[in-house]
Amino acid sequence: MSVTTLSSPALALRQPSWLVRLFDYRPFLIVMCLAPALGLLAVFLTYPLGLGIWLAFTDTTIGRRGVYVGLENFQYLLTDPLWWGAVFYSVFYTAVATFGKFALGFWLALLLNNHFPFKSVLRAIVLLPWIVPTVLSALAFWWIYDPQFSIISYLLVDVLHWRTTNIDFLGSAWPARFSLIAANIWRGIPFVAISLLAGLQTISPSLYEAAMLDGASSWQRFRYITFPMMMPILAIVMTFSIIFTFTDFQLVYAITRGGPVNSTHLLATLAFQRGIAGGELGEGAAIAVSMIPFLVFATLFSYFGLARRKWQQGEGND
Amino acid sequence: MTETVAQPTAVANTAPDTMAWDSGLRRLMMIYLPLGCFVLILLFPFYWMAITSFKPNAELMNYKDHNPFWISSPTLAHIKHLLFETAYPRWLKTTMLVAIGSTTLSLIASTLAAYAIERLRFRGGPYVGLGIYLAYLVPPSILFIPLATVVVQFGLFDSPMALILVYPTFLVPFCTWLLIGYFKSIPYELEECALVDGATRLQILRRITLPLAVPGLISAGIFSFTLSWNEFIYALAFIQSGANKTVPVAILTELVTGDVYQWGALMAGSLLGSLPVAIFYSLFVDYYVSSLTGAVKE
Repeated sequence: MSVTTLSSPALALRQPSWLVRLFDYRPFLIVMCLAPALGLLAVFLTYPLGLGIWLAFTDTTIGRRGVYVGLENFQYLLTDPLWWGAVFYSVFYTAVATFGKFALGFWLALLLNNHFPFKSVLRAIVLLPWIVPTVLSALAFWWIYDPQFSIISYLLVDVLHWRTTNIDFLGSAWPARFSLIAANIWRGIPFVAISLLAGLQTISPSLYEAAMLDGASSWQRFRYITFPMMMPILAIVMTFSIIFTFTDFQLVYAITRGGPVNSTHLLATLAFQRGIAGGELGEGAAIAVSMIPFLVFATLFSYFGLARRKWQQGEGND
Repeated sequence: MTETVAQPTAVANTAPDTMAWDSGLRRLMMIYLPLGCFVLILLFPFYWMAITSFKPNAELMNYKDHNPFWISSPTLAHIKHLLFETAYPRWLKTTMLVAIGSTTLSLIASTLAAYAIERLRFRGGPYVGLGIYLAYLVPPSILFIPLATVVVQFGLFDSPMALILVYPTFLVPFCTWLLIGYFKSIPYELEECALVDGATRLQILRRITLPLAVPGLISAGIFSFTLSWNEFIYALAFIQSGANKTVPVAILTELVTGDVYQWGALMAGSLLGSLPVAIFYSLFVDYYVSSLTGAVKE
C-alpha cells in the first residue's frame, strides 16, 4: 500500500505532459488566472468608463454617432435649472440620509452589542431590509405613502387623531423629498449597523475595564473609547455609504420617478431620463460624468477627514 | 466577557451609574424598548407587503369597515392573477438564470484572480488587488449609459446574456477581496508540503486551497446571487422586451399600468420576488454576516 502511494507521484514527476508543465510555469499561470477577472473588468468597466467620458463631449443620440462638441453639454447643464435641482437634491439626499443612517445604525449596533436572548435571530432579522431587492421594498414604501390609503395617515388620523387630513407624502416637493430620504435610511440602517457591530466586537473589553476603574461614565466610555476605536471602520463604511447614496437610482425611480414636477430628481435618475428614456446619450453621459467630482470629493473628505482624526487621537494619547 | 460583568459590582462604590445600568428597568428602557422600535420599523414594510398580497380588493380600499392591520377574508386571487395571467413565472426564470450565470462566472474569475494575487506572489500583485478593489468604487449609475452602447455594439441588447456578462463588474471586485481574505487564512505550509510532494499548482488549487476555502466560496456565492437578483439599473437599461425582463424591473414596468394601481398584485409580486433571496438568506445567515463584515474589514 505504502509503495503504491509513494510511486505514483514520483512517476508523475518524471514524465509530466507538456500541458501540465505549461500550467506549472508561473508567469503563464499568473496570466491565465488573472485573465478572466481583468478581462471582464477591462471590457465592461474600464472601457465603458472611458467611453462615458468621451460620450459626454459628443452629441451622440440613440441610433446616431455623435461628433465631438467640446464642453457644449456641460455648458448647457450649467444653465439648466433641472440639473442644478438634481445637484441640490443629490447633495441634500446624501447628507441627510447618511447622517440618519449612521446615527440610527450606530445606535442599533450599540444595542445589538449587548447581551440578551435570541441575539443571533435578531441580528438576522435586522439585516432583512438590506437583503430584499430595493425596488420591491420601494414598492412597499410607495404603497405606504399612498395619498388615500396610506397606513401612516390612517394611524395618525383615525387611530391617534393627531391630524384631521391625510398626509400627501408624494404630492408636493418637500414631503416627497423627505419621504424618499426616510425610505433610504430604512434600507441603509442594517448595513451600517451590522458592519459597525463587527467593529464594536473587535474592541478589547479590557479598555472598558480600565476606564471603569478610573471612574468613567458610560457616556465617557463611549466618547473616549468606543468612538475613537471605531473611526477606521466608520471611515470605510461611510465612504461606501456616501458613494452609493449619492449615485442612488432605484428608490427614486421606483417611488417618484423624479416627480412631482422634477423636484426629486437625483443626478442618476436625471441621467437615465435624458440618456436612455430621452435618447440623448451625450447629454445623459455628461450628467453621469458630472457626478464624478462630487464622488471624488466626498470620498476624500470622508476617508481623510475621519482618518486624520484617528491620527490626532493617536497623538493625543500620551 | 464574565470579567466585564463582574467589574461594575466591584467598583460600584466609586461609579454608581455602572450599577444602575444593570438594573432591570433601566435595561428595559435603554435596550429592549429601542430595539423593539427598530425591529418594528424595519419589519413593518414586509408585514404590510405580505398582508396586502392576501387581502381582497374590497378590504384594501376600505379602512372604515375593516381593520387595515388584519385580513378578515384572506384570498389567493392576487397570487393567482400573478402566476397565471402575467408572465411572472417567465420573469422569475430569467432572473434565476441571470443570477446563477453571473454568480458562476464571477466565482470562477474571482477565485482564480484571488489565488494569483494571494498565493502566486508576483511583483505588482498588490497593485492588481488595489485596482480590482477600486473597481468596486465605480457605481453603476455612472456606467449604465456607455455600457448600453457597448451592449448594443456587441449585439447583446435585450438579451439576458448582456446581464450575465455585465453583472460581474460589481461582483468580481467584491468576491475577489472576500476570497483574498479567505486564502490568507489558509496556512501556506500546506501548499509547500504539496509542492514538495510534487503536486502542480493547479492540483494544489483544486485539492488543497479550494476545499479549505469552501466557506469563503459559499459566502461569495450567496452574496453574488443576492446582488445579481436585486440589480436594477442595468436590467432596466439593457432589456426592452417584456418577456426578457428580470423580476424587479418587470414588476415596476409591466405591472404598474394606468392610473389605478393594482396594489394587491404589485405587493404579491414584490413578496414573491423577495422570497427566493429571503429563503436563501435564512439558510445562510452566518455566511452573509461574515462576508459583509469580512469585506468591510479587508
